[in-house]
This record gives sequence, C-alpha cells and structure tokens, in this order.
Amino acid sequence: MKLIDALWKDAPLATRGEITPKLGFLLTVLLAIVWLIPFLWMGVATLRPASDGINAMAELMPSLKPTLDNIRDAWEIGDFPRYTLNTTIICTGILLVQFVTITLAGFAFARLDFAGKTLIFYLFLMQLMLVPVLLIVPNLKLVAQLGLYDTLTGVMMPFFASAFGTFLMRQAFEAIPTELEDAALIDGASLFQRIRHIYVPLSMPSFSAFAIISVTSHWNDFLWPLMVINSPDKRPLTVGLSVFTKTAEGTQAWGTIAAGTLMVIAPLLVTFLVFQKRFISSFVTSGIK
Amino acid sequence: MSLAEPAALPVATSAAPRLHILKRFSNRFKASLPAYLLLLPSLVFLALFTYGAMGRVVIDALYQRATPKAPVRFVGLENISAVLADPAFTGAVVNNLIYAVGTAVPSIGLALLFALALSRTHAVNSALRAALFLPVLIPMVAASALFLFIFLPNVGLLDYYIGRLLPVLPNWLGDPDIALYAIMIITVWKNAGYYMLFFLAGLQAVPEDVMEAAHLDGAGPYQRLRHIILPELKPTFLFVTVIAILNAVTQVDHVFVMTQGGPSNSTNLVLFYIYQQAVEHYDVGKASAATLLTLAALMGLTALSFRTMANREGGP
Repeated sequence: MKLIDALWKDAPLATRGEITPKLGFLLTVLLAIVWLIPFLWMGVATLRPASDGINAMAELMPSLKPTLDNIRDAWEIGDFPRYTLNTTIICTGILLVQFVTITLAGFAFARLDFAGKTLIFYLFLMQLMLVPVLLIVPNLKLVAQLGLYDTLTGVMMPFFASAFGTFLMRQAFEAIPTELEDAALIDGASLFQRIRHIYVPLSMPSFSAFAIISVTSHWNDFLWPLMVINSPDKRPLTVGLSVFTKTAEGTQAWGTIAAGTLMVIAPLLVTFLVFQKRFISSFVTSGIK
Repeated sequence: MSLAEPAALPVATSAAPRLHILKRFSNRFKASLPAYLLLLPSLVFLALFTYGAMGRVVIDALYQRATPKAPVRFVGLENISAVLADPAFTGAVVNNLIYAVGTAVPSIGLALLFALALSRTHAVNSALRAALFLPVLIPMVAASALFLFIFLPNVGLLDYYIGRLLPVLPNWLGDPDIALYAIMIITVWKNAGYYMLFFLAGLQAVPEDVMEAAHLDGAGPYQRLRHIILPELKPTFLFVTVIAILNAVTQVDHVFVMTQGGPSNSTNLVLFYIYQQAVEHYDVGKASAATLLTLAALMGLTALSFRTMANREGGP
C-alpha cells in the first residue's frame, strides 16, 4: 500500500483517497504481467534443454541447465541470416524511395497552391483506408506483368507512395517559417535547393518518426511477400519464420520455435528498448501506417 | 477612395470574359505545374497500386476462366453471385463481423483502462506502458508462433496453468466453436497497447481546470469519467474504432500460420478467403469479386469516417 501511495503523491489532493483508480491500476499491473508472459515463455523455452521433455515445456521457471542448443538448431534449420538480409533490403528500399516521394509531395501540399488541390488531397487520404494489403490480387497480377514476380523490388513497389508520410511531411514543412525560404529565394536558390537545404534538414524529427513507422510495419509484412516471393532464398523474415514454424511444429520442437521467434523479433525489441520514447511518440502520430 | 479608381475599374472588368476562360485555365495550369511535378512520383504509384488496382479489380471480377489454362471470357456479375452463394465466403463475412466486434470492443476497452491507469508519467508507468506496447512491435507471424504453443492441447502454456482448473480441457484451436475466439485473443493482446497510445494522447487534451473544478464539486472517479473524460475522448474513440475495424479486415497473418481458416472454416476471414481463391484455387475472378465486395464495405466505412480522417490530417 505504501508503494501505491508513493505513486499517487503527485495526484490532486481530493482524489488521493479514492479507491477505484487504485483498483484500476492494480488490474493494469496484473494485465501487464499477463501481457509479458508469452515473451517470458519464449525466453525460458529458448534456453530449456530438450532433455527436460515435452511436459515441462510450458514451465515458466527457467531450467536449471540452460542451453544454447535451441538457438543453434534454429540457426541451422532456418536460413535466418539470409531472411534478415532480405527483410533489411526490403525495408531500406521502401524507406529510401518513400523519403523522396513524401518529401516532394509533402512540400507541394505544404507550400504550393495548385489547381485540384482538394481533389488530390482526398486521393491521398483515401489511400489511408485502401491499404495495399487489401489489393493483393490485382497488385500481384500487375507485379507479374511488370516482370517483378519473385523479386524483392516486387515486394517493395506497392509501398513506394505513402499518404501517411506525405501528410506527416506536410505538417513538418508547414511549421517552418517562410522567411527562411524567402531568404534563400533572394539568394537565387532553386526549388530543389530550397527543399534540400532548408526544408529537409529542419524536418529530421519527422523523418525519423516516419522511418520508425515504415520500418516496423514493413518488417512485419507477411501476406504480400508470401504471395510475391517464390524462391526460398528471397524470403523475408516473416515468411521464413512461418515456414520454419511449420517444419518445427511437425516434430514438436517448441524450444526451436521459441528460439527462431526470438531471433526474428530481437532486432525490433532491442531497438525499441533503446529508443523507447521515440517509438512511442512516432506511433502516436501514426494512426494508420 | 480616390477619384481615379472608379474610372479605371469598369474598364478592367467589362473586357469579354469568355475569351479569357481558356487562357486563365492554362495560366492556372502553368502556375500549378511545379506542384504537379512534385506530386508526380507519388501519384504514379498511387495510380498503379491503389486506384489502378481498384479499376483492375472491377474488370477482373467480370471475367472468368473455365479451367486455369482456358482463355478468359466475360461473365458479367456471375463471379459476384458465385461468391455470394459460396458458403465459405458468407461464413467468412460472418466470422469477420464477429471477429471485428469481438476484437475491437475488448481491445479498445482495455486500451482505455490502460491509458486511464497509466496517464501520469513516472518511471513505473513508463515501464508498464512499454510492457503493454511490446506486442505491437512484433510481427503477427511471430505472435502466432508463440500462441501456437500457448494454445497447444494438454502440454501448452494455457492448459498447463489454467486448464487444470477446467473439468474438460478445451482444444483451443481444434474446436470449431472455440477457435475463432482463440484467434481473437491474439489480436486483443497485440493491439490493445497500440490503441492505448491514442487514449494517452487524448487524455492530455482533458483540461486541467475542468478536472479541478470537478474535484472541488466532489465528483467521484466514475462521474469524472462519465461526464468529463469520455466526452473529451470522443474523437479518439471514433479514430481508434476506425483503425480497429480496418485491422480486423487486414490482419489475417495469424489465421494463415495457426489455423489455415479451419477447423471447418470456423476461423476463415474475408482476406484469407481472397488469398485462398487467388493462390490456392487460381480463381482470379472469384478472388476479385470478393475483393470488390470488401472494398465496397470499406468505402462505406471510409465515407463515415472521412471527416474525422481529413480533420486529423489538417484538411485539404
């Protein structure tokens, strides 16, 4: 009770005696623990030796004889370095092209007046709802017609334009004082020079927020790469993990599955724990990816 | 007003306007050209993969092949009626509706609870927020791999710890009556932390002085929630509901990994049905018809939420 009182010491005096908020808080703590259990199990099961047997597999108490065998097995069964490389290429490729498209489009919406602005704004806005994953059937056909079936470029292409990124950059650019641009204009800077040397450098926080959202969401994409990619050596992590899980499930190798899952999510989890504040504030701006 | 102006104005405005419409239009276009060039890269990809794709769906939905190798022939609305008559599709629609309500309501409710409990920022709350947010980051495929074991009959985590309390151990993913609810648990676990962030942001907007006045008037926690906090959070609710419904339609990775739509189609969702038609049955016509129906439903949702979304993005 002392601990809870300490947590409430900055709450308004009138509410400090209330019991309901504290019950809500306790419930939330309980649920947060439940929320962490799958991660806890993943860690414990990864280190559990196969000799403990299937009946001890669910035990959340760590094994007394921890082993790295599961990690080694997962590493050997699944081609995780290759999957990681593919996912990295996909995320980087998408992000680099998106940086160009959203900067240019964001600038047009923020600073230029043009005929049909409202119409084009709504065309972009609709894309927030018509997420590419819904259009997998026609887009697969198009990617095949472009000769990009079973290529990483084919996986990336539908995401090159981003309405969310465009709106984010528009907002960032609108906050930049026009006087800065006017000064550059007097010095004879061209449109692209003004974007490159004034708008982009001053909008780095928005770029990094967008990068976080874009990379996490495409790191996790599954259905679309599953449809586009056919060759095993071009699989991204998610597709690789699903194939790996199918194989290991057949032999009831749950320790290996836990180890494989851990390898897939470790990069994201570590990055999140390091840049926690950044992640949270980026996701708040996201809404729809 | 000076004396010179009235004489000058009528001359300027009385010049034949009709001749100038074309010229004004082309001037306006010329002035807009730089903006169009900047928008071009984005518009090309939007045209190819969003609006072009919608057009192709409409066309593909009108054609059918007798066999996978046969040439396409025009069948009109036959694909649509075939999809609507397919019990697998109607079943998937019903499942998806149950799934949408059964995931949106609990995850939004929990998100609100989490946000209310953790709204004040200090180290303990930050750690708890991070714990609740972790599932948001990981791929649905990874979450599914973990939950495959959690739901594993007899030796899985759930049966090992909770199953002992039940008289009969349920087969979580194998029983057609339970499987859809098991799938929903994963979605709630994965998304509640995400929606929590929007409620946390929304709670920042609740004015301090109103809350203080409520304290002075002796309003209890329930009254403050009902009469101050919830009305203030209304836009957040709208926005989060839209995202939750959108997620219910577009997130089907766990169905793929855990159940393949089974047992006996009890966990089949619309997008997974579309995937099956296209990839497993090579039936592009039916897959397109199903996509078209889904898009139509989503357009309805879009129409309802357009104002919310446009305002959120700062208007045109």
